[in-house]
Amino acid sequence: MTAADEETTPVSARRSLAHRFGASARIWGPPTLVALGVVAFWYFMTYVVLDASRRFLLPPPHGVIAEGFLDGDTFGEIMDGLYQTTSVALLGLLIAFVLGFSTALLMSQAKWIERSLYPWAVFSQTVPILALVPLLGFWFGFGLMSRVIVCVIIALFPIIINSLTGLQSVDPRLHDLLTLRGASRWTRAVKLQIPAARPQIFVGLRTSAGLSVIGAIVGDFFFGRGKPGLGILLDRFSRRLQSEELLAAVIVACALGVVAFWLFGVLGRRMVGHWDPAWAAERNREK
Amino acid sequence: MADFAIDVKGVSHVFGTTTALEDLDLQVEAGEFVSLIGPSGCGKSTVLRLTAGLIRPTSGTIEVESDNIGYIFQEPTLMPWRTVAKNIELLGEIEGMDRTERSRRAVEVLEMVGLGEFRDHYPLQLSGGMKMRTSIARSLLLDPHVFLFDEPFGALDQISRSRMNEELTNLFATKRFASLLVTHSVEEAIFLASRLLVMCSRPGKIVAEFKIPFEFPRDPAIRYLPEFAVLAGEVAEALGEAS
Repeated sequence: MTAADEETTPVSARRSLAHRFGASARIWGPPTLVALGVVAFWYFMTYVVLDASRRFLLPPPHGVIAEGFLDGDTFGEIMDGLYQTTSVALLGLLIAFVLGFSTALLMSQAKWIERSLYPWAVFSQTVPILALVPLLGFWFGFGLMSRVIVCVIIALFPIIINSLTGLQSVDPRLHDLLTLRGASRWTRAVKLQIPAARPQIFVGLRTSAGLSVIGAIVGDFFFGRGKPGLGILLDRFSRRLQSEELLAAVIVACALGVVAFWLFGVLGRRMVGHWDPAWAAERNREK
Repeated sequence: MADFAIDVKGVSHVFGTTTALEDLDLQVEAGEFVSLIGPSGCGKSTVLRLTAGLIRPTSGTIEVESDNIGYIFQEPTLMPWRTVAKNIELLGEIEGMDRTERSRRAVEVLEMVGLGEFRDHYPLQLSGGMKMRTSIARSLLLDPHVFLFDEPFGALDQISRSRMNEELTNLFATKRFASLLVTHSVEEAIFLASRLLVMCSRPGKIVAEFKIPFEFPRDPAIRYLPEFAVLAGEVAEALGEAS
């Protein structure tokens, strides 16, 4: 038996430097243009639309940079807040992942478990988090624990649903193959279901990472006590009508969400991009 | 009786209100290669699933000489996250074969199907024929006594298909595992088999049987012999009556 004359898909050739530059311009060019457009529009609103007396409603971009990012005290405050919020979001995401993935794994093992838990998973998502926040503060205090719980509630659902989809969408013939060899439930989970579910798990993680950041900010904003994170800063700056600082904090908060999303995207492409068609497509889009 | 590797006796199988199989008798002797050919939906695949014990018959008995069964699906059914070598080692891992033995066997079967240099490739990087070879190699790892083939080459182009047929018949000639192959192709059915059964549909049962007189190992050129053509004509006729 020989297979020598059947060829594999060709390995992509080395790209020239110019080609690479052209490629990165294609990727970064359009969104940069959009950003420039937004900044131009911003200036237009500040100086043309707004009256000088009402300019505090939307200070110009350079004002935001000067007051929010170049002023040492404010910037320090925002960075401390960023650190605080990031820790809460990460811890919340980690707990949501452990909890969500275990739940999904349980649900994938028996229909009755799935039927029992599914409505509650949906419920966890429809719960109006703002209504729960005072109650959580009441029960768990206004410290780290309550904030983390807010993140977990908000980030749990996408992890459960995506993991479950992944665990259940295994090729039934692969299940047959394991059945033929009398594989145990454990072997089936470890050798087949969990590895097969990884692409979906990363999709869930990526969505939940962004949500967890939102949860950390919302919790902080409403608890209002304890070490200030970005939420408390947003509240404080807006009360004091410090619109430059407020906008700076908003930008940092957005950036945190974007970085969280991006990070799990990179992780997903690294971990499963070499075999999963969907993640591979994302990887190729970058080339 | 003990000579039968597969012994299906009086098996009926009903899915809901459809009778897929009715009072089916089918035997495969040790070292025999039996092809089962029939129109779509006649229950051929059901026969394989029953034989493998993946489903239980509504009535009747099925005895298989060994539970070391190799099953080749219509699709290669590989794990896309494992390399070729790791895919092949899978069943060894499940059976608790130790690591060194596993990789030694994997190298052996990889050579057997001519994929030695592709051991570290992912399925995504392989052609259809190579994926099917990997799938066969995976089953060979445990040296099964009984092989079940469920239209394994249906998705391949004619050239790859003919070649896979030749490789499979060579493999059979050396290993002599008892085989039951389900197919739509008359040529494939004759070329591979020592005996050929024609099945009709609704309800599925066997309506004709042919002894294939060619010796193993088989020369690819037998497909162009007049006897082969005559046999193919007879099988096609029986198949026409069955559908």
